[in-house]
Amino acid sequence: MSANFNLSTWISDGGPEQDVVLSSRIRLARNIEGIPFPNSAGREELQEVTDQICAAIKDNKEELHYINMSDLPEIERGLLVEKNMVSPEFSKKGSSNGILINDSERISVMINEEDHYRIQVLMPGLQLNKAFNMADELDDEFEKGIDYAFSKRWGYLTACPTNLGTGLRSSVMVHLPALNITDNISKMLEAVSKLGLVVRGIYGEGSKSIGNIYQISNQTTMGSIEQDIINNLKSVTQKIIEQEKNARNNLMKNDEIKLKDKIKRSFGILKFAHTISSKEAMKLLSDVKLGIDMGIISDVDTRLLSKLIIMIRPYHLQKSVGNELSTQERDVIRAELIQSKLNM
Amino acid sequence: MLCQRCGKREASVHFTKIINGEKDELYLCEKCAQELGHISLQGNDTFSLPNLLAGILNPGLESSIKQTDNYMECDTCGMTFSDFSERGLLGCSECYQNLSERLEPLVKRIHGSNNHIGKVPKRKGGNLRMKRKIDKLRQDMDTAVEKEDFEKAAEIRDRIHELEDKIGSE
Repeated sequence: MSANFNLSTWISDGGPEQDVVLSSRIRLARNIEGIPFPNSAGREELQEVTDQICAAIKDNKEELHYINMSDLPEIERGLLVEKNMVSPEFSKKGSSNGILINDSERISVMINEEDHYRIQVLMPGLQLNKAFNMADELDDEFEKGIDYAFSKRWGYLTACPTNLGTGLRSSVMVHLPALNITDNISKMLEAVSKLGLVVRGIYGEGSKSIGNIYQISNQTTMGSIEQDIINNLKSVTQKIIEQEKNARNNLMKNDEIKLKDKIKRSFGILKFAHTISSKEAMKLLSDVKLGIDMGIISDVDTRLLSKLIIMIRPYHLQKSVGNELSTQERDVIRAELIQSKLNM
Repeated sequence: MLCQRCGKREASVHFTKIINGEKDELYLCEKCAQELGHISLQGNDTFSLPNLLAGILNPGLESSIKQTDNYMECDTCGMTFSDFSERGLLGCSECYQNLSERLEPLVKRIHGSNNHIGKVPKRKGGNLRMKRKIDKLRQDMDTAVEKEDFEKAAEIRDRIHELEDKIGSE
Protein backbone atom coordinates (compact mmCIF):
# COMPACT_ATOMS: atom_id res chain seq x y z
CA MET A 1 0.00 0.00 0.00
CA SER A 2 1.06 3.58 -0.38
CA ALA A 3 -0.12 6.90 0.88
CA ASN A 4 -0.94 8.82 -2.25
CA PHE A 5 -1.98 12.14 -0.85
CA ASN A 6 0.31 15.16 -0.76
CA LEU A 7 2.09 16.34 2.33
CA SER A 8 2.69 20.06 2.82
CA THR A 9 5.94 21.17 1.20
CA TRP A 10 7.28 22.49 4.51
CA ILE A 11 7.24 18.88 5.67
CA SER A 12 8.46 17.09 2.56
CA ASP A 13 11.05 19.59 1.26
CA GLY A 14 14.59 19.82 2.57
CA GLY A 15 16.04 22.94 4.21
CA PRO A 16 19.23 24.31 5.77
CA GLU A 17 20.52 22.36 8.82
CA GLN A 18 17.92 19.65 8.20
CA ASP A 19 19.97 17.02 10.04
CA VAL A 20 19.03 18.79 13.29
CA VAL A 21 16.33 21.36 12.50
CA LEU A 22 13.11 19.88 11.14
CA SER A 23 11.17 23.09 10.62
CA SER A 24 10.93 26.81 11.43
CA ARG A 25 7.69 28.55 12.27
CA ILE A 26 6.63 32.18 12.59
CA ARG A 27 3.29 33.26 14.01
CA LEU A 28 1.87 36.78 14.22
CA ALA A 29 -1.26 37.43 16.33
CA ARG A 30 -3.47 40.29 15.17
CA ASN A 31 -6.86 41.76 16.08
CA ILE A 32 -9.26 44.21 14.50
CA GLU A 33 -10.14 47.46 16.20
CA GLY A 34 -13.71 47.85 17.44
CA ILE A 35 -14.63 44.14 17.43
CA PRO A 36 -14.49 42.15 20.70
CA PHE A 37 -11.97 39.29 20.83
CA PRO A 38 -13.41 35.95 19.61
CA ASN A 39 -14.08 34.69 23.16
CA SER A 40 -16.51 37.58 23.72
CA ALA A 41 -17.79 38.21 20.20
CA GLY A 42 -21.21 37.30 18.83
CA ARG A 43 -21.84 35.32 15.66
CA GLU A 44 -22.29 38.44 13.51
CA GLU A 45 -19.12 40.02 14.83
CA LEU A 46 -17.16 36.87 14.08
CA GLN A 47 -18.56 36.86 10.56
CA GLU A 48 -17.48 40.49 10.24
CA VAL A 49 -13.93 39.42 11.12
CA THR A 50 -13.93 36.76 8.42
CA ASP A 51 -15.39 39.18 5.85
CA GLN A 52 -12.81 41.87 6.58
CA ILE A 53 -9.91 39.44 6.42
CA CYS A 54 -11.05 37.79 3.18
CA ALA A 55 -11.65 41.19 1.59
CA ALA A 56 -8.23 42.46 2.65
CA ILE A 57 -6.33 39.73 0.80
CA LYS A 58 -8.61 39.31 -2.20
CA ASP A 59 -5.82 39.94 -4.71
CA ASN A 60 -2.88 38.58 -2.74
CA LYS A 61 -0.05 36.94 -4.61
CA GLU A 62 0.21 34.00 -2.23
CA GLU A 63 -3.09 32.67 -3.56
CA LEU A 64 -4.60 32.05 -0.19
CA HIS A 65 -8.06 30.56 -0.24
CA TYR A 66 -10.60 30.43 2.55
CA ILE A 67 -11.89 27.22 4.12
CA ASN A 68 -14.63 27.29 6.71
CA MET A 69 -13.80 24.67 9.34
CA SER A 70 -17.38 23.48 9.65
CA ASP A 71 -17.45 22.72 5.89
CA LEU A 72 -14.58 20.26 6.29
CA PRO A 73 -15.25 16.61 7.05
CA GLU A 74 -13.87 15.43 10.39
CA ILE A 75 -10.96 13.62 8.78
CA GLU A 76 -9.75 16.73 6.91
CA ARG A 77 -9.90 18.75 10.13
CA GLY A 78 -7.95 15.98 11.83
CA LEU A 79 -5.25 16.19 9.16
CA LEU A 80 -4.80 19.92 9.81
CA VAL A 81 -4.47 19.27 13.55
CA GLU A 82 -1.92 16.50 12.99
CA LYS A 83 0.16 18.80 10.83
CA ASN A 84 0.11 21.27 13.73
CA MET A 85 -1.53 23.86 11.50
CA VAL A 86 -4.58 24.36 13.70
CA SER A 87 -5.20 23.55 17.36
CA PRO A 88 -7.57 20.70 18.31
CA GLU A 89 -9.99 23.17 19.97
CA PHE A 90 -10.00 25.33 16.87
CA SER A 91 -10.95 22.41 14.65
CA LYS A 92 -14.00 21.70 16.78
CA LYS A 93 -15.38 25.22 17.08
CA GLY A 94 -18.46 26.37 15.21
CA SER A 95 -19.02 27.79 11.76
CA SER A 96 -17.45 31.15 12.54
CA ASN A 97 -13.89 30.00 12.32
CA GLY A 98 -11.91 29.20 9.26
CA ILE A 99 -8.49 29.10 7.79
CA LEU A 100 -6.79 30.79 4.86
CA ILE A 101 -4.27 28.55 3.26
CA ASN A 102 -2.18 28.32 0.10
CA ASP A 103 -1.40 25.19 -1.89
CA SER A 104 2.07 24.65 -0.45
CA GLU A 105 0.57 25.03 3.05
CA ARG A 106 3.58 27.11 4.03
CA ILE A 107 1.36 30.07 4.76
CA SER A 108 -1.85 29.77 6.71
CA VAL A 109 -4.07 32.18 8.61
CA MET A 110 -6.25 30.94 11.44
CA ILE A 111 -9.35 33.10 11.77
CA ASN A 112 -11.25 33.53 15.04
CA GLU A 113 -9.15 31.27 17.19
CA GLU A 114 -7.94 33.02 20.37
CA ASP A 115 -7.26 36.18 18.35
CA HIS A 116 -9.11 37.49 15.31
CA TYR A 117 -6.42 36.05 13.16
CA ARG A 118 -2.99 34.54 13.34
CA ILE A 119 -0.63 34.51 10.39
CA GLN A 120 1.51 31.41 10.36
CA VAL A 121 4.44 30.60 8.10
CA LEU A 122 6.19 27.22 8.16
CA MET A 123 9.47 26.45 6.43
CA PRO A 124 11.60 23.30 6.31
CA GLY A 125 14.94 23.45 8.14
CA LEU A 126 16.33 26.59 9.79
CA GLN A 127 14.82 29.49 7.82
CA LEU A 128 13.46 31.88 10.44
CA ASN A 129 14.28 35.09 8.58
CA LYS A 130 12.69 33.94 5.37
CA ALA A 131 9.59 32.77 7.23
CA PHE A 132 9.39 36.06 9.11
CA ASN A 133 9.70 38.13 5.94
CA MET A 134 6.82 36.23 4.38
CA ALA A 135 4.64 36.71 7.47
CA ASP A 136 5.62 40.38 7.71
CA GLU A 137 4.71 41.00 4.07
CA LEU A 138 1.32 39.38 4.47
CA ASP A 139 0.77 41.41 7.64
CA ASP A 140 1.40 44.63 5.65
CA GLU A 141 -1.03 43.39 3.03
CA PHE A 142 -3.75 42.84 5.65
CA GLU A 143 -3.11 46.20 7.24
CA LYS A 144 -3.98 48.05 4.04
CA GLY A 145 -7.59 46.99 4.45
CA ILE A 146 -7.94 46.44 8.21
CA ASP A 147 -7.79 48.80 11.18
CA TYR A 148 -5.62 46.99 13.68
CA ALA A 149 -6.14 46.96 17.42
CA PHE A 150 -2.86 48.67 18.23
CA SER A 151 -1.65 50.87 21.05
CA LYS A 152 1.47 52.99 20.86
CA ARG A 153 2.50 51.82 24.26
CA TRP A 154 1.42 48.16 24.35
CA GLY A 155 1.82 47.36 20.67
CA TYR A 156 -0.48 44.86 18.95
CA LEU A 157 -3.32 44.11 21.37
CA THR A 158 -4.07 40.41 21.84
CA ALA A 159 -6.70 38.42 23.72
CA CYS A 160 -4.06 36.95 26.04
CA PRO A 161 -1.49 39.34 27.53
CA THR A 162 1.24 36.73 26.91
CA ASN A 163 1.15 37.61 23.20
CA LEU A 164 1.03 41.38 23.65
CA GLY A 165 3.47 43.70 21.88
CA THR A 166 4.81 42.17 18.70
CA GLY A 167 2.35 39.25 18.74
CA LEU A 168 5.32 37.29 17.39
CA ARG A 169 6.02 33.72 18.31
CA SER A 170 8.97 32.24 16.45
CA SER A 171 9.91 28.63 16.89
CA VAL A 172 12.07 25.82 15.61
CA MET A 173 11.53 22.09 15.82
CA VAL A 174 14.80 20.31 16.55
CA HIS A 175 15.85 16.66 16.68
CA LEU A 176 18.33 16.11 19.54
CA PRO A 177 18.98 12.37 19.97
CA ALA A 178 22.69 12.55 20.80
CA LEU A 179 22.22 15.17 23.52
CA ASN A 180 19.63 12.82 24.99
CA ILE A 181 21.78 9.68 24.79
CA THR A 182 24.73 11.49 26.39
CA ASP A 183 22.48 12.85 29.16
CA ASN A 184 23.18 16.44 28.27
CA ILE A 185 19.67 17.38 27.29
CA SER A 186 18.47 18.73 30.63
CA LYS A 187 21.58 20.90 30.99
CA MET A 188 21.02 22.28 27.52
CA LEU A 189 17.31 22.89 28.11
CA GLU A 190 18.05 24.67 31.37
CA ALA A 191 20.53 26.95 29.64
CA VAL A 192 18.06 27.68 26.87
CA SER A 193 15.34 28.67 29.31
CA LYS A 194 17.67 31.25 30.83
CA LEU A 195 18.01 32.91 27.45
CA GLY A 196 14.36 33.90 27.21
CA LEU A 197 13.29 30.82 25.29
CA VAL A 198 10.79 28.06 26.06
CA VAL A 199 11.23 24.39 25.21
CA ARG A 200 8.33 22.01 24.70
CA GLY A 201 7.77 18.49 23.48
CA ILE A 202 6.75 18.23 19.86
CA TYR A 203 3.04 18.14 20.15
CA GLY A 204 2.83 21.58 21.67
CA GLU A 205 2.26 22.88 25.13
CA GLY A 206 2.68 20.76 28.20
CA SER A 207 3.51 17.61 26.28
CA LYS A 208 6.67 15.63 26.79
CA SER A 209 9.10 15.15 23.98
CA ILE A 210 8.42 12.23 21.69
CA GLY A 211 11.21 10.90 19.51
CA ASN A 212 13.80 13.39 20.82
CA ILE A 213 12.01 16.24 19.09
CA TYR A 214 11.73 19.59 20.85
CA GLN A 215 10.11 22.84 19.96
CA ILE A 216 11.98 25.95 21.05
CA SER A 217 10.33 29.36 20.95
CA ASN A 218 10.61 32.88 22.35
CA GLN A 219 8.99 33.34 25.75
CA THR A 220 8.17 37.03 25.65
CA THR A 221 6.67 39.10 22.88
CA MET A 222 7.12 42.62 24.23
CA GLY A 223 10.13 44.84 24.85
CA SER A 224 12.24 43.68 21.91
CA ILE A 225 12.05 44.37 18.20
CA GLU A 226 11.00 41.48 15.98
CA GLN A 227 14.43 41.06 14.40
CA ASP A 228 16.07 40.70 17.84
CA ILE A 229 13.53 38.08 18.92
CA ILE A 230 14.32 36.08 15.79
CA ASN A 231 18.07 36.60 15.98
CA ASN A 232 18.10 35.40 19.58
CA LEU A 233 16.27 32.20 18.67
CA LYS A 234 18.45 31.73 15.61
CA SER A 235 21.75 32.12 17.42
CA VAL A 236 20.67 29.85 20.28
CA THR A 237 19.50 27.28 17.73
CA GLN A 238 22.88 27.43 16.02
CA LYS A 239 24.57 26.77 19.36
CA ILE A 240 22.26 23.83 19.96
CA ILE A 241 23.08 22.41 16.52
CA GLU A 242 26.77 22.70 17.39
CA GLN A 243 26.24 20.94 20.74
CA GLU A 244 24.19 18.18 19.17
CA LYS A 245 26.83 17.62 16.51
CA ASN A 246 29.58 17.52 19.13
CA ALA A 247 27.60 14.95 21.07
CA ARG A 248 27.20 12.88 17.89
CA ASN A 249 30.94 12.97 17.24
CA ASN A 250 31.68 11.99 20.82
CA LEU A 251 29.29 9.06 20.61
CA MET A 252 31.00 7.88 17.46
CA LYS A 253 34.41 8.22 19.08
CA ASN A 254 33.63 6.65 22.45
CA ASP A 255 30.73 4.32 21.88
CA GLU A 256 30.73 3.43 18.22
CA ILE A 257 29.74 -0.22 18.57
CA LYS A 258 26.93 0.43 21.03
CA LEU A 259 25.63 3.31 18.95
CA LYS A 260 25.62 1.37 15.69
CA ASP A 261 23.96 -1.58 17.39
CA LYS A 262 21.18 0.60 18.81
CA ILE A 263 20.50 2.26 15.48
CA LYS A 264 20.55 -0.93 13.43
CA ARG A 265 18.28 -2.75 15.89
CA SER A 266 15.77 0.07 15.67
CA PHE A 267 16.01 -0.03 11.88
CA GLY A 268 15.42 -3.78 11.99
CA ILE A 269 12.28 -3.52 14.11
CA LEU A 270 10.83 -0.83 11.85
CA LYS A 271 11.55 -2.96 8.81
CA PHE A 272 9.98 -6.15 10.11
CA ALA A 273 7.42 -5.41 12.84
CA HIS A 274 3.88 -6.49 12.02
CA THR A 275 2.26 -3.90 14.32
CA ILE A 276 3.67 -0.74 15.82
CA SER A 277 2.25 1.99 18.09
CA SER A 278 2.93 5.61 17.18
CA LYS A 279 4.98 6.11 20.33
CA GLU A 280 7.28 3.18 19.58
CA ALA A 281 7.49 4.22 15.94
CA MET A 282 8.57 7.74 16.91
CA LYS A 283 11.27 6.43 19.17
CA LEU A 284 12.67 4.07 16.55
CA LEU A 285 12.38 6.58 13.72
CA SER A 286 14.42 8.99 15.80
CA ASP A 287 17.20 6.38 16.01
CA VAL A 288 17.01 5.77 12.27
CA LYS A 289 17.21 9.48 11.46
CA LEU A 290 20.28 9.73 13.69
CA GLY A 291 21.72 6.77 11.78
CA ILE A 292 21.03 8.44 8.43
CA ASP A 293 22.46 11.80 9.51
CA MET A 294 25.63 10.12 10.84
CA GLY A 295 26.12 7.99 7.75
CA ILE A 296 25.47 4.71 9.61
CA ILE A 297 22.41 4.00 7.48
CA SER A 298 22.61 4.83 3.80
CA ASP A 299 20.03 4.87 1.01
CA VAL A 300 17.33 6.36 3.21
CA ASP A 301 16.31 10.02 2.97
CA THR A 302 16.86 12.14 6.09
CA ARG A 303 13.53 13.90 5.50
CA LEU A 304 11.87 10.60 6.30
CA LEU A 305 11.40 11.43 9.99
CA SER A 306 9.71 14.76 9.26
CA LYS A 307 7.36 13.05 6.86
CA LEU A 308 6.65 9.97 8.90
CA ILE A 309 5.97 11.69 12.22
CA ILE A 310 3.01 13.26 10.45
CA MET A 311 2.00 10.34 8.26
CA ILE A 312 1.81 7.78 11.08
CA ARG A 313 -0.73 9.80 13.05
CA PRO A 314 -4.30 8.42 13.18
CA TYR A 315 -6.12 10.72 10.73
CA HIS A 316 -3.31 10.53 8.20
CA LEU A 317 -3.37 6.74 8.39
CA GLN A 318 -7.13 6.73 7.93
CA LYS A 319 -6.82 9.09 4.99
CA SER A 320 -4.22 6.83 3.38
CA VAL A 321 -6.50 3.76 3.45
CA GLY A 322 -9.75 5.65 2.97
CA ASN A 323 -11.75 4.22 5.84
CA GLU A 324 -11.96 4.27 9.62
CA LEU A 325 -9.58 2.03 11.54
CA SER A 326 -9.54 0.41 14.97
CA THR A 327 -6.46 0.95 17.11
CA GLN A 328 -5.16 -2.50 16.28
CA GLU A 329 -5.76 -2.05 12.56
CA ARG A 330 -3.99 1.29 12.77
CA ASP A 331 -0.91 -0.33 14.29
CA VAL A 332 -0.76 -2.81 11.40
CA ILE A 333 -1.25 -0.13 8.74
CA ARG A 334 1.34 2.05 10.47
CA ALA A 335 3.93 -0.73 10.33
CA GLU A 336 3.15 -1.32 6.63
CA LEU A 337 3.35 2.37 5.81
CA ILE A 338 6.75 2.75 7.49
CA GLN A 339 8.06 -0.32 5.66
CA SER A 340 6.87 0.98 2.30
CA LYS A 341 8.73 4.24 2.93
CA LEU A 342 11.91 2.58 4.22
CA ASN A 343 12.15 0.38 1.15
CA MET A 344 11.60 3.16 -1.32
CA MET B 1 -14.63 26.04 48.33
CA LEU B 2 -11.76 25.33 50.71
CA CYS B 3 -8.25 26.71 50.33
CA GLN B 4 -6.20 24.41 48.11
CA ARG B 5 -3.14 24.92 50.26
CA CYS B 6 -4.29 24.46 53.86
CA GLY B 7 -7.60 22.74 53.08
CA LYS B 8 -9.09 24.30 56.23
CA ARG B 9 -10.15 27.86 55.60
CA GLU B 10 -12.55 29.06 52.94
CA ALA B 11 -10.76 30.14 49.74
CA SER B 12 -11.24 33.83 49.09
CA VAL B 13 -8.42 34.59 46.68
CA HIS B 14 -8.27 33.16 43.19
CA PHE B 15 -5.04 33.19 41.21
CA THR B 16 -4.59 32.39 37.58
CA LYS B 17 -1.15 31.91 36.15
CA ILE B 18 -0.92 31.97 32.37
CA ILE B 19 2.21 30.96 30.56
CA ASN B 20 1.95 30.86 26.81
CA GLY B 21 -1.75 30.21 26.98
CA GLU B 22 -1.36 27.44 29.51
CA LYS B 23 -3.46 28.21 32.51
CA ASP B 24 -2.87 27.19 36.11
CA GLU B 25 -5.48 28.06 38.69
CA LEU B 26 -5.23 28.26 42.44
CA TYR B 27 -7.81 28.99 45.10
CA LEU B 28 -6.34 30.13 48.40
CA CYS B 29 -7.44 31.54 51.71
CA GLU B 30 -6.12 34.98 52.49
CA LYS B 31 -3.60 33.69 55.03
CA CYS B 32 -2.00 31.20 52.67
CA ALA B 33 -1.96 33.76 49.88
CA GLN B 34 0.00 36.12 52.10
CA GLU B 35 2.39 33.42 53.19
CA LEU B 36 3.00 32.27 49.63
CA GLY B 37 4.00 35.77 48.71
CA HIS B 38 7.06 35.33 50.90
CA ILE B 39 8.05 31.71 50.79
CA SER B 40 9.87 30.13 47.93
CA LEU B 41 8.39 26.90 46.61
CA GLN B 42 11.03 25.65 44.23
CA GLY B 43 13.49 26.95 41.73
CA ASN B 44 13.91 30.55 40.73
CA ASP B 45 11.86 30.52 37.56
CA THR B 46 10.46 34.01 36.89
CA PHE B 47 7.09 32.41 36.37
CA SER B 48 7.10 30.31 39.51
CA LEU B 49 4.04 30.71 41.66
CA PRO B 50 5.65 32.65 44.52
CA ASN B 51 7.20 35.12 42.11
CA LEU B 52 3.92 35.64 40.37
CA LEU B 53 2.01 36.02 43.59
CA ALA B 54 4.57 38.40 44.97
CA GLY B 55 4.35 40.41 41.81
CA ILE B 56 0.63 40.70 42.04
CA LEU B 57 0.36 41.13 45.78
CA ASN B 58 3.27 43.43 46.56
CA PRO B 59 3.52 46.22 47.32
CA GLY B 60 0.41 47.06 49.26
CA LEU B 61 -0.57 43.51 50.04
CA GLU B 62 -3.77 44.40 51.86
CA SER B 63 -5.23 46.70 49.28
CA SER B 64 -4.49 44.44 46.35
CA ILE B 65 -6.57 41.55 47.56
CA LYS B 66 -9.61 43.61 48.25
CA GLN B 67 -12.40 41.76 46.52
CA THR B 68 -13.81 44.94 45.00
CA ASP B 69 -10.73 45.38 42.85
CA ASN B 70 -11.57 42.20 41.04
CA TYR B 71 -14.84 43.73 39.92
CA MET B 72 -13.12 46.58 38.12
CA GLU B 73 -14.90 46.47 34.78
CA CYS B 74 -14.12 47.25 31.14
CA ASP B 75 -16.60 49.94 30.03
CA THR B 76 -16.61 48.65 26.48
CA CYS B 77 -17.23 44.90 26.83
CA GLY B 78 -18.12 44.54 30.50
CA MET B 79 -15.31 42.12 31.31
CA THR B 80 -14.20 42.27 34.95
CA PHE B 81 -10.71 41.54 36.17
CA SER B 82 -12.03 38.47 37.96
CA ASP B 83 -13.57 37.17 34.66
CA PHE B 84 -10.15 37.64 33.14
CA SER B 85 -8.43 35.74 35.96
CA GLU B 86 -10.76 32.84 35.38
CA ARG B 87 -10.53 32.70 31.61
CA GLY B 88 -7.03 34.00 31.02
CA LEU B 89 -8.34 35.99 28.07
CA LEU B 90 -9.46 39.60 27.78
CA GLY B 91 -12.78 40.50 26.17
CA CYS B 92 -11.76 43.29 23.79
CA SER B 93 -8.82 45.48 22.88
CA GLU B 94 -10.25 48.31 25.02
CA CYS B 95 -9.75 46.14 28.13
CA TYR B 96 -6.08 47.08 28.03
CA GLN B 97 -7.04 50.71 28.51
CA ASN B 98 -9.93 50.16 30.89
CA LEU B 99 -8.25 47.62 33.16
CA SER B 100 -4.76 49.02 32.75
CA GLU B 101 -4.24 49.54 36.47
CA ARG B 102 -4.50 45.80 37.11
CA LEU B 103 -2.94 44.67 33.85
CA GLU B 104 0.15 46.83 34.05
CA PRO B 105 1.95 44.82 36.78
CA LEU B 106 0.90 41.57 35.14
CA VAL B 107 2.27 42.54 31.72
CA LYS B 108 5.48 43.70 33.30
CA ARG B 109 5.72 40.38 35.12
CA ILE B 110 5.11 38.36 31.95
CA HIS B 111 7.36 40.26 29.57
CA GLY B 112 9.79 42.05 31.86
CA SER B 113 8.80 45.15 29.94
CA ASN B 114 5.87 47.49 29.61
CA ASN B 115 6.77 49.06 26.32
CA HIS B 116 6.34 47.93 22.76
CA ILE B 117 9.33 48.87 20.62
CA GLY B 118 8.67 46.58 17.68
CA LYS B 119 6.70 46.92 14.47
CA VAL B 120 4.22 49.75 14.07
CA PRO B 121 1.38 49.39 11.55
CA LYS B 122 1.70 51.94 8.75
CA ARG B 123 -1.75 53.49 8.96
CA LYS B 124 -2.78 52.89 12.58
CA GLY B 125 0.61 53.78 13.94
CA GLY B 126 0.19 57.39 12.77
CA ASN B 127 3.44 59.31 13.15
CA LEU B 128 4.86 56.87 15.69
CA ARG B 129 6.89 55.29 12.89
CA MET B 130 8.26 58.68 11.95
CA LYS B 131 9.09 59.55 15.57
CA ARG B 132 10.99 56.28 15.96
CA LYS B 133 12.93 57.09 12.82
CA ILE B 134 13.80 60.55 14.11
CA ASP B 135 15.01 59.06 17.41
CA LYS B 136 17.26 56.71 15.47
CA LEU B 137 18.61 59.57 13.33
CA ARG B 138 19.35 61.63 16.45
CA GLN B 139 21.45 58.75 17.77
CA ASP B 140 23.27 58.55 14.44
CA MET B 141 23.86 62.29 14.55
CA ASP B 142 25.37 62.08 18.05
CA THR B 143 27.66 59.29 16.90
CA ALA B 144 28.74 61.35 13.90
CA VAL B 145 29.49 64.34 16.15
CA GLU B 146 31.49 62.16 18.51
CA LYS B 147 33.56 61.02 15.56
CA GLU B 148 33.88 64.64 14.50
CA ASP B 149 32.28 63.83 11.17
CA PHE B 150 30.44 67.15 11.06
CA GLU B 151 29.57 66.94 7.42
CA LYS B 152 27.61 63.75 8.01
CA ALA B 153 26.06 65.16 11.18
CA ALA B 154 24.79 68.17 9.25
CA GLU B 155 23.32 65.88 6.61
CA ILE B 156 21.47 63.89 9.26
CA ARG B 157 20.31 67.10 10.94
CA ASP B 158 18.71 68.26 7.67
CA ARG B 159 17.01 64.89 7.31
CA ILE B 160 15.63 65.19 10.86
CA HIS B 161 14.25 68.65 10.09
CA GLU B 162 12.59 67.30 6.96
CA LEU B 163 10.86 64.53 8.91
CA GLU B 164 9.82 66.90 11.70
CA ASP B 165 8.24 69.21 9.13
CA LYS B 166 6.34 66.25 7.73
CA ILE B 167 4.93 65.32 11.15
CA GLY B 168 4.06 68.98 11.82
CA SER B 169 2.13 69.37 8.60
CA GLU B 170 0.06 66.20 9.13
